[in-house]
Amino acid sequence: MPDATSSPPVETLTEATILFAGDSGDGMQLTGTQFTQAAAHARNDLATLPDYPAEIRAPAGTTYGVSAFQLRFGSGEIRTPGDEVDLLVAMNPAALKVHLHRVREGGALIVNANSFTERDLELAELEQNPLESGLLEGYQVFEVELTRLTQEALEHTDLSRTTVGRTKNMFALGLALWLYSRPLEPTQQWLQQKFADEPEIRDANLHVLSKGYHYGETTDAFVVRYDVAAADLAPGTYRSIRGAQAIALGLVAASKQSGLPLFYGSYPITPASDLLHELSRYKHFGVMTFQAEDEIAAAGAAVGASFGGALGVCATSGPGVALKTETIGLGVMTELPLVIIDMQRGGPSTGLPTKTEQSDLLQAVYGRNGEAPLPVLAASSPADCFDTIYEACRIATRYMTPVIFLADGYLGNGSEPWRIPDVADLPAFDVSFATTPTASNGQNDFLPYARDPDTLARPWAKPGTKGLEHRIGGLEKAHETGNVSYDPANHQRMVKLRAEKVQRVTDMMPPTPVYGDPDGALLVIGWGSTRGAIEAAVDRVRASDARVGHVHLRHVHPFPADLGPILRRFDKILVPELNNGQLIRLLRDQFTRSMTPLNKIQGQPFHAQEVEAALREALVSTPA
Amino acid sequence: MPDNTSPDGTKKPAGPPGAKKPAGPPGARKPTMPPGTKPPTGPSGGDGADGLTRKDFASDQDVRWCPGCGDYAILATVQRLMPELDVPKENIVFLSGIGCSGRFPYYMDTYGFHSIHGRAPAFATGLKSSRPELDVWVVTGDGDALSIGGNHLIHVLRRNVDLQILLFNNQIYGLTKGQYSPTSEQGKITKSTPYGSIDHPFNPVAVALGADASFVARTMDRDPKHLKATMKRAHDHRGAALVEIYQNCNIFNDGAFFDFTERATKAKAALFLEDGAPLTYDNGTRGVRLEGLQLKPIELTNGRWSVDDCLVYDETSQEMAQLVGRMYWQEDLPRPFGVIYREERATYDELLHTQIGGLVERRGTGDLATLFHDADTWDIS
Ligand code: SF4
Repeated sequence: MPDATSSPPVETLTEATILFAGDSGDGMQLTGTQFTQAAAHARNDLATLPDYPAEIRAPAGTTYGVSAFQLRFGSGEIRTPGDEVDLLVAMNPAALKVHLHRVREGGALIVNANSFTERDLELAELEQNPLESGLLEGYQVFEVELTRLTQEALEHTDLSRTTVGRTKNMFALGLALWLYSRPLEPTQQWLQQKFADEPEIRDANLHVLSKGYHYGETTDAFVVRYDVAAADLAPGTYRSIRGAQAIALGLVAASKQSGLPLFYGSYPITPASDLLHELSRYKHFGVMTFQAEDEIAAAGAAVGASFGGALGVCATSGPGVALKTETIGLGVMTELPLVIIDMQRGGPSTGLPTKTEQSDLLQAVYGRNGEAPLPVLAASSPADCFDTIYEACRIATRYMTPVIFLADGYLGNGSEPWRIPDVADLPAFDVSFATTPTASNGQNDFLPYARDPDTLARPWAKPGTKGLEHRIGGLEKAHETGNVSYDPANHQRMVKLRAEKVQRVTDMMPPTPVYGDPDGALLVIGWGSTRGAIEAAVDRVRASDARVGHVHLRHVHPFPADLGPILRRFDKILVPELNNGQLIRLLRDQFTRSMTPLNKIQGQPFHAQEVEAALREALVSTPA
Repeated sequence: MPDNTSPDGTKKPAGPPGAKKPAGPPGARKPTMPPGTKPPTGPSGGDGADGLTRKDFASDQDVRWCPGCGDYAILATVQRLMPELDVPKENIVFLSGIGCSGRFPYYMDTYGFHSIHGRAPAFATGLKSSRPELDVWVVTGDGDALSIGGNHLIHVLRRNVDLQILLFNNQIYGLTKGQYSPTSEQGKITKSTPYGSIDHPFNPVAVALGADASFVARTMDRDPKHLKATMKRAHDHRGAALVEIYQNCNIFNDGAFFDFTERATKAKAALFLEDGAPLTYDNGTRGVRLEGLQLKPIELTNGRWSVDDCLVYDETSQEMAQLVGRMYWQEDLPRPFGVIYREERATYDELLHTQIGGLVERRGTGDLATLFHDADTWDIS
């Protein structure tokens, strides 16, 4: 790292939140990702949140073309990408306009002073230049001529103006790294690799990156520089992982550990396509990825593969789950393992494709024709996606049932450090196939619907197994024989059996952990991606002596068996969700307790302070 | 979507209410199969290499199609064909969708999967892709394959997944009691079209050719020899093989294909294709000649034309397939039966596993720990 002796004094912070915002073409996602790597290398705990426009090529300079990447890093535990921004790097007026409200009072702004021409202001629909209008009063504003400085840095090259223009994000990154005393090396290494075949581009980026870094030192604009000490993370080897990556790795791990080939069917849909991209790179693990003609075929092919003895998985978002509904019902009836990943997004209908929401819970639990229960699991952080999807695969095969795994765009795109597990420490994943006829009827026949006494699962007999030829399908099955049956009593029996089988998944669940106090005044029950915000809020409220506990449900259907006793240990219950109240309905259906909802339906995650405010209010309210 | 209650529900069908009595076609034999019984073993039930006979392929389930339904003949022929194929019984899988044809797998003593409406090709694609050694058969109907499942049909054909698709075309929705289907002729009076259908129908062969199917054939329920030979050829073909089978629904659309299937008219109306042979029909008294880009019927008995003037069929010619496949409801031309098109092309399942195998060879079998660490890592001690 360059010698920093000539730098301004360094102030040590416990944490910081930075937001890089610019035009879609400004490379903000890359800039944010690289800063994340630098913070990770400096051993900070961290959480990130990309925010990109729904339009692929929105007109340059407009507010709806703004792409942003938020990152929070610290020396303590970091649970969310941050409520308030300490530093906003705005590449143009539109980015400034869209994101200024997120910057805390007194926060810092680095703006590209060269991009505030009449035309830029017009595109951003700004009547006055915010740099002159007084709008930015109360912030520390650093006007940096990013465009000009980058051009000057590359004057000596033959690169085109466009190419030069594309490197200005490296200037901004270098400057931000300097400001927070994060290392340059991870980005330098990345550039070396990324542009190994294009030495001119590589050198230009490297040069501009270091120019940005040195600019911080040489300009006297910055009177203070920051440092954030390493976090106290558990010993181990870490990497930064996005939720989508964690799901992909979890699936590959499930396939490897179970010995079942992974068949992954998918139709492109935001924000689940990322998973298809990830998994299609792992073919050397025997992973079969199938980009289907539609959502229905993606699920159908996965069920077909399951019938053949593979681990059948499909991923989509809410609208895709709606299309797969009938196929999932067939999975329930034929009792085949199937994992359906729902990367939730704002709905209904096409809704808000790139925004996050938890509004598919009821669809997951109830959204099929007939009595069609199935287990539903939800991941709570990017790294937790790994463990939860692995568990979903274990349940699907152990209980011979479709399982829905819920995550969302916020989890899929967000990243955090992941302590890499030892392969030997992964939960055991044993699967056995039927190989001999079921003897119980004395006729040496195979009974495809005979059940395991513990799990109630039926046997999994792969085609190709001699003597076990059998037929399955969507018509009601006779108990044990699996023949088509219209018998009224049999139907009732089978409906009950299928429900009981799903209920028995609770046998596999470990005791439910309660975060914070094990009993007391208030229990917060959450699920999914809201974990970080809820835990941060619980910490703050407990710091002022309230006895508050938090249960974050991985199993949203069926509920863990010990949830009832936990509920009884608290006076009040608060249920925060990014929807209009869905988990609370499931809870009220099962427990006769008064519960208070906290609902945010804005396509945005909770801020810890929003949850904190609701907690405080709930604590003082008179019990219902 | 057609419901599943009738006509093979719990009541034995005497013909669904409102259905007209099966009217025997002129000169046709009476329906031979009473409800709930298994079709009798035919003389051609051959012995397989491992000593299996057609009986070994009949499941213990009562067959519940309407008496006289063309499905019985198809089932019997398939059961007869199975022992002749060089495939272990346990490797054979029948998948179906919804409709009368959907029940087919229940009657076969092989692995079977009765899936949902129109989607059998999707299930079959997943199965065959992950288990290429299996012998996969899709059984479907005109509504199942061409209406609700049209999308899956064209995609399984273009991908060329190595399987056989038996499309039972009866030009009607039978299971839901008689609505017009996507292959019903324009003007057809049905329950849902009392004033006549205004829909232009599909020619399934043309759809398949349009979807770049690598094997397309047409046959009929009432010619078991041709039916079996055609299915055998479909099975021999590597890739997605579509076999359209004209199937008589004697309850809701009786006689739809009698022109082609019954003795009195068959010779004049049906042309049986043979690779390398001239296009002739009507016991060799007529032929089909290519005039420019048009196919024309010619008389071979009046001295003007001879068999040498007939187009010699090449089943591997896409151009001929397009012309002959389109011989459809053209009054003066016969309807072609047999293998209309055949092409050798890599199959989807083969390409998938070649790609995977190549990557395993190049990169080695994936190692989980390596994968987990395949990123910028840092150690905390
Ligand atoms: S196709 Fe027609 S005759 Fe055959 S079972 Fe169906 S309704 Fe009956």
